[in-house]
Amino acid sequence: MINIEVNGREIEAEKGEMLLAVLRRAGVEIPTLCNIEGLTPTGACRLCVVEIDGMNGLVPSCAYPVAGGMKVQTHSNRAVQARKTIVELLLADHPDDCLYCVRNKNCELQDLAENLGVRQRRYKGARNRKHQDVSSPAIERDPEKCILCGKCVRVCEEIQGVAAIDFSGRGSKTHIATAFDEGMNVSSCIYCGQCIKVCPTGALREQSSVKRVMDAINDPDVVVVAQHAPAISVTIGEAFNMEAGADVSGALTTALRRMKFDRVFDTSFSADLTIMEEGSELVSRITNGGKLPMMTSCSPGWIKYVEQFFPDFIGNLSTCKSPQQMMGAVIKTYFAKREGIDPSKIFSVAIMPCTAKKFEAARPEMANNGNPDIDAVLTTRELIRMIEMRGIDLKDLDPDTADTPFGERSTAGKLFGASGGVMEAAIRSAHYLVTGGEMDELDVQNVRGMEGIKETSVKIGDLELKVAVVNGVGNASKLLKEVREGRKDLHFIEVMTCQGGCVNGGGQPIDTNLDNVRARLKGLYKLDKDSAVRTSHSNESIERLYDEFLGEPLGEKSHHLLHTTYTERDVVK
Amino acid sequence: MSVAVDLILDKRTGAGRDALIPILQEVQDAEGFLSKESVAQIGKKLDLPSSKIFGVATFYNQFRFKPLGKNHIQICRGTACHVKGSASIMERLERELGIGADETTGDGVFSLEVVACIGACGLAPVISINGEFYANLESEDVPKILEEYRNKEDVK
Ligand code: SF4
Ligand code: SF4
Ligand code: SF4
Ligand code: FES
Repeated sequence: MINIEVNGREIEAEKGEMLLAVLRRAGVEIPTLCNIEGLTPTGACRLCVVEIDGMNGLVPSCAYPVAGGMKVQTHSNRAVQARKTIVELLLADHPDDCLYCVRNKNCELQDLAENLGVRQRRYKGARNRKHQDVSSPAIERDPEKCILCGKCVRVCEEIQGVAAIDFSGRGSKTHIATAFDEGMNVSSCIYCGQCIKVCPTGALREQSSVKRVMDAINDPDVVVVAQHAPAISVTIGEAFNMEAGADVSGALTTALRRMKFDRVFDTSFSADLTIMEEGSELVSRITNGGKLPMMTSCSPGWIKYVEQFFPDFIGNLSTCKSPQQMMGAVIKTYFAKREGIDPSKIFSVAIMPCTAKKFEAARPEMANNGNPDIDAVLTTRELIRMIEMRGIDLKDLDPDTADTPFGERSTAGKLFGASGGVMEAAIRSAHYLVTGGEMDELDVQNVRGMEGIKETSVKIGDLELKVAVVNGVGNASKLLKEVREGRKDLHFIEVMTCQGGCVNGGGQPIDTNLDNVRARLKGLYKLDKDSAVRTSHSNESIERLYDEFLGEPLGEKSHHLLHTTYTERDVVK
Repeated sequence: MSVAVDLILDKRTGAGRDALIPILQEVQDAEGFLSKESVAQIGKKLDLPSSKIFGVATFYNQFRFKPLGKNHIQICRGTACHVKGSASIMERLERELGIGADETTGDGVFSLEVVACIGACGLAPVISINGEFYANLESEDVPKILEEYRNKEDVK
């Protein structure tokens, strides 16, 4: 431990620590635009500059290690003026578009301008004109709003291991680009949306489906059906000043009804359905000598990643559609028939913590006789905007329950929102499918938590089931290479594209940090602990669905409606 | 997969990322430009994503990502040519060809490159097509010259 002096106050620090981390811990507010917790600082934005006694220039605190006896002024006139000038220069080449901007009132650049008291345009010049890229079904880019902080580039390469984008050009022509400046739709982007979550401005955003959904709601001839993913109910309360991680699925259902969705379903139901199919597929692969290790298929970013970077593993991917798509498929068949609704009159909306789900819904395989399983995907962010537009406060609402015939869910299905959750749910049901009995202890602790790769083995009858959970697609290539090079012991691998799982998905609120992620995970596990129905196979609505409609897992109907195929993708990589 | 690129890469077994620029130069010399396929091939060898190679390459003016046209026009925008009115020549070339600086026409017949000084100040304003110089130009001369090259195309 060493001591440094900050604004006249003594503060303790660890030797070698970066100054910014020390300042933040001590509660000193320092603005930053390029810093990403956990990654090496680049010192690109210079917003974090401070004055240090005995040094001539200002130093960037994010990249400056502390030393004993150091005296720091964080808000000296010089430091504050320097920050203000930086922001003014950024604004000189920025469209004054706040009123129309998706990030209005939630923008780091806007906040900085406000906090630093920018009230006049001191620098004027010709602005760089750049084209928006709206080519992809999920991610839109507006380079004019980009301040070149580089965070998207770093997240994409260093966290996600994709590297779809990088700095391109030089000087005033510098911009963020895909390889060969092409549209995102032909790039190696997997649409995970993690870049959106770190972008300080409106330069990156999801392709919005709000208008299409509103139009459908306002069309009296259309039955608008909503499903919400397991992660949504433990997240959305945060936007309405509720405790992080609190489960608000009841209030959410009420809100969706008030917004005139005709039916509201919980995707956790179809997560249970996925487990019935995927668990059966796993057991069948193991007993019939199918391709192993089987790999999960519910995270669409991961699917695109395999299709383009590791096509030799396409045969390992479970053929199960994701819960979103399974729900979509049974809504337009079983539900439609049961209620006597023409499937072409149903507009099916999926509310997801994910941007890649927009891409998944648009895949041509995800349709039945040309009618898409899902008509529109809204991210958590889009849903929050819609709820606010309607002037609804989630806090004030009484809870309601999901509609029949998909009214019940197990908390195994709910765990799909967490890294390791699909695995845990699958293990619980695989045990039942193989032995006919329940596990003594349903918790599978070894697959929980934020580690990059989690491995464990579980005894199921005579079988020692060996499994691995990859938490974040950036950790996948290591394991895939091991398997490619001959590793044979694994039966089943779960991969979720985003670290922590869907609770940290690319469609989640912008200010999501590690504390939020932990709280949401805790919320899911608490729900499961307190629940009476903790396994997918004990969900009675699922039993009824098989009895009345599907027949049996992996049967003819399932095969047609609930399973899919994948194709190698030739993208610029 | 280009054999030429393979050969260039084979010469450099064990090459690391620091070899990127010389490799890009050699590949461009051999192929005339940096194609997507070549960049992907180089990326595979050096374990670099295409986006990164593109980023590095666009930092320098020397790299091209499209093949040059059959007829390569260079227009000098050096001081002497500028004083003698090369701006209007440039404008006329752009208008006649329908392309801007460092672009190639859709039919692949012409490409237009702006160079800082071609080293023929006495001939200002000057352009060169495939190494042949056209001196003391006026913008009215441009269509006639281009026509000559277009006719050659038709004969072929
Ligand atoms: S990115 Fe921020 S500053 Fe720029 S227009 Fe949008 S809200 Fe305003
Ligand atoms: S969406 Fe994901 S893969 Fe695509 S650019 Fe952003 S971080 Fe990279
Ligand atoms: S797009 Fe956003 S995150 Fe990426 S460099 Fe620009 S401002 Fe930063
Ligand atoms: S946060 Fe330190 S330079 Fe950007």
